[in-house]
Amino acid sequence: MPLDAKLDPATHHFRLVGTRPLRPDGVDKVTGRARFGADASAPGMLVARILRSPHAHARIRAIDTTKAARLPGVKAIVTSADFQPGDPAIHDVLCNVMARDKALYDGHAVAAVAAVSAAIARKALKLIKVDYEVLPHVTDVDEAMKPGAPLLHHGMKTENVEPAPKKASNVASRCEFGHGDPEVGFKQADVVVERRFKTEATHQGYIEPHACLASVGSDGQGELWVCTQGHYMVRNTCAALIGMDVSKLRVTASEIGGGFGGKTTVFIEPVALALSRKAGKPVKLVMSREEVFRASGPTSSSSIDVKIGVTRAGRITGALADIRMQGGAFAGSPVELGAMSAFACYDLEHVKAVGWDVVTNRPKQAAYRAPGAPMVAFAVESVLDELAHKIGMDPVELRLKNAAKEGTQSSYGPKYKRIGLGECLEAARQHPHYKAPLGKNQGRGIAAGFWFNFGGQTCVSLNVNIDGTVVLAVGTPDIGGSRASMCMIAAEELGIEYDKVRAIVADTSSLGYNDISEGSRVTFSTGLATIAAARDAIGKLTARAAKTWGISPDAVVWENGHARPSSPNAGDFAPLSLAEIAKTAGSTGGPIAGHYEVNAGGAGVSFAVHMADAEVDPETGRVHITRYTVVQDAGKAVHPSYVEGQFQGGAAQGIGWAINEEYFYGQDGRLQNPGFLDYRIPVASDLPMIDTVIVEVPNPGHPYGVRGVGETSIVPPLAAIANAVSAAAGVRLTELPMSPPRVLAAIDGAVAKKKPRS
Amino acid sequence: MMSMIRVSTKINGDAVAFLCETDETLLDVLRDRLGLTGSKEGCGTGDCGACSVTLDGRVVCSCLVLGAEAEGRAIGTVEGIASGDTLHPLQAKFLEFAALQCGVCTPGFLVAAKALLERNPDPTESEIRFGLAGNLCRCTGYDKIVRAVQAAAVEMRKG
Amino acid sequence: MVQVKLSGPLKLAAGGKGELEIEAANIRQLLDRLCADHPKLKPMFDRGVAVAIDGQIYRDDWFRPIPAGSEVVVLPRMSGG
Repeated sequence: MPLDAKLDPATHHFRLVGTRPLRPDGVDKVTGRARFGADASAPGMLVARILRSPHAHARIRAIDTTKAARLPGVKAIVTSADFQPGDPAIHDVLCNVMARDKALYDGHAVAAVAAVSAAIARKALKLIKVDYEVLPHVTDVDEAMKPGAPLLHHGMKTENVEPAPKKASNVASRCEFGHGDPEVGFKQADVVVERRFKTEATHQGYIEPHACLASVGSDGQGELWVCTQGHYMVRNTCAALIGMDVSKLRVTASEIGGGFGGKTTVFIEPVALALSRKAGKPVKLVMSREEVFRASGPTSSSSIDVKIGVTRAGRITGALADIRMQGGAFAGSPVELGAMSAFACYDLEHVKAVGWDVVTNRPKQAAYRAPGAPMVAFAVESVLDELAHKIGMDPVELRLKNAAKEGTQSSYGPKYKRIGLGECLEAARQHPHYKAPLGKNQGRGIAAGFWFNFGGQTCVSLNVNIDGTVVLAVGTPDIGGSRASMCMIAAEELGIEYDKVRAIVADTSSLGYNDISEGSRVTFSTGLATIAAARDAIGKLTARAAKTWGISPDAVVWENGHARPSSPNAGDFAPLSLAEIAKTAGSTGGPIAGHYEVNAGGAGVSFAVHMADAEVDPETGRVHITRYTVVQDAGKAVHPSYVEGQFQGGAAQGIGWAINEEYFYGQDGRLQNPGFLDYRIPVASDLPMIDTVIVEVPNPGHPYGVRGVGETSIVPPLAAIANAVSAAAGVRLTELPMSPPRVLAAIDGAVAKKKPRS
Repeated sequence: MMSMIRVSTKINGDAVAFLCETDETLLDVLRDRLGLTGSKEGCGTGDCGACSVTLDGRVVCSCLVLGAEAEGRAIGTVEGIASGDTLHPLQAKFLEFAALQCGVCTPGFLVAAKALLERNPDPTESEIRFGLAGNLCRCTGYDKIVRAVQAAAVEMRKG
Repeated sequence: MVQVKLSGPLKLAAGGKGELEIEAANIRQLLDRLCADHPKLKPMFDRGVAVAIDGQIYRDDWFRPIPAGSEVVVLPRMSGG
């Protein structure tokens, strides 16, 4: 069957897709057998440690490593001198991996040591003398934009501004999306609300710190074991940064203990490889938790102005957003994605979102699950909530009246194909949560959210074994349980039992290039490639049966895991099972395999609606989430348990972001809370059960209708909770996180405003 | 180099002897000297619970225990929870309920949940949530973990 | 002929023109011709763009055909987390 043959997911009966079998890598993970980034070791292995700047901003005048090099047990030391600039596209990555002329944030890597033990490596770091010239620093996004702010890059002149600026600044670029003219729209409105919102930087918070084991031989060939979302990206980037042929570096993706976007780039891997090459020994390099917070890639902090106007009948007539995000010390905050997704849920005639990408003395940001979208949704959905109250309209009703649907021109450009926002809103409205009674000091909030979802370069190889079992080699690290889904898909297509298929994540030398596991792309792209590879294998299996029977391959069909003649005219032959054909493969032509290589397009956007109930303690300002429901369009849920898991996980991260998590920078520009004690992510006692509703509006671009699910679930929570807290506290909260001091300040401020002047 | 000390202990029921530095943590001993990499280092400061083991039956963060403290004690790690090729009900229920996504926090949760259910065979949802509040999970939002523990408790009470 | 919309900063680099008409049968031809007409687009295209054809987003897909009459939008290159 061709790949674009449309199954009607509404009527097609799937045998396995949509069921909940046990994951194939499960037993390893519950017995401690599964090997993660830090679980590998090699004979003669050295341990590496990185020396990091204690200053938020400083010129590096000199680095003296002589004393450290003389310490017995030290086998190699590297600094920026060991990394040569090359490809301008990854120059920022190079500078972030190892500081060159300036340390740009507290924690910026300055040098690294490989030694026979961790103790000696730590001692060696202390012997490295760095001559810093401390410079003024800036960590707040709005402060960094002001004239006279400490300047990070002397060559940075804001792009996409006319006329082009003559002076350097901390503003890397501007972007603008939308159509129509919001000022025209506001004139048509009966009610207009304009608000400023601020969010602080948060971290993806994966429990497994970055870790790798590098081994480079004197022939320049290397192996790298690493926890990553994209081992091919790691291979290509490291090879470029340390000057190695791509084919000479073999990267194996370990099991990964969480990524959420934070492991879609390199931090320590080029350093480990460079040290290993110098020392001629394997080098293990693991980040401490403190290093993860200080020097991996948190998300951006933001400052956002939103103005929306509606008619009393509930129609949005104009929408405007000005979004400022700082992405750390290098250009590349997700402000473009934020500006593009800001109003993506709505059908608007007059809409404009402007974004500013700002640099500050903070670590270089990395992607965090729907990068840029949660902060902007917080702002937009909060204003919509206020407008709904002002015109006395139910908040779901207001959104339904303006919801984007098939054919709507999105605020970021293209017209939507078939989408499921309306279905999600209706499902939310029908859900028992929506009408459940609320207690004292409790409030309910809802919010909608959107994410693009992507395809990308993908290939798989499907090999049929002599006993009729199948091994599927994929190239996308399993960050959410995707191996289970891939086995289900392959078994579905081939017509065999689920446990006859095993999926492995191949290393970079064993399978062709695969893009990173990001953008909610794996079930869509690797799934699509698996379907195609299975169909490719079926073509070969039927051809073998045809040969065996001496008939034309056109006269053979594949059904229920068997090849059979397409009609009685073709011949009277008993069907041959996959196992039977596999058994004689050696004699009928050799190994049987299917494969598929593609740059997958056709990913479908997805929408979600979240409902949150919050209780606010008016004396302490503490927020407690008492009930939470996620409604999200998955297109087609291959393994519903893991789809639910994505919904719940994204919601939990959003809850933490909304009420507890933030990066605290001191006056000295140093991160004050680089640990799980003071960077407080939700624990089991903080959360209620998280109810989920999987809506399935098929994506026309996928054979089964699959849409990405991993990221959309983090987009609505910030606003849903802010709306719930604002309702409970009786005052609008506009700054995240809504930690007790902020909530109390807002409550006290509102009380003070209400007090009559004596 | 600090002088090494010799430690004799029991791990998952087996007698084990090792040499370690005086300032080495039990977690480092388990992972780097004994090859028991099931216990994970998530933070090194006792905040995440990924390194949870039992020490004479009590759940501790092995990153906060010195290797030397294992002398004469009994240690239980995730590697000892199954019996031969039979999974413990908790392990089976974690799989059945999809209570793990990336799985890195799972060893710590299994150790902590096993100790919880041994202490309190019929916990309420709240008791489970507070009993496991020392274990961080970033993937699941805890919903399916709690349901798995509840189901395992039912199974274990059946005997 | 294809009607092309340029989104965001790409629009500015094309002199503020948001909608253009270009002769192109696939994405590569489209981008080449846009660059020839508006050289300021080149650095952006080198960094990467995405092209949406009838609402489906394609990244780095030169020979993806552009059917006659389809809606084409050129966007900054996007990636997720």
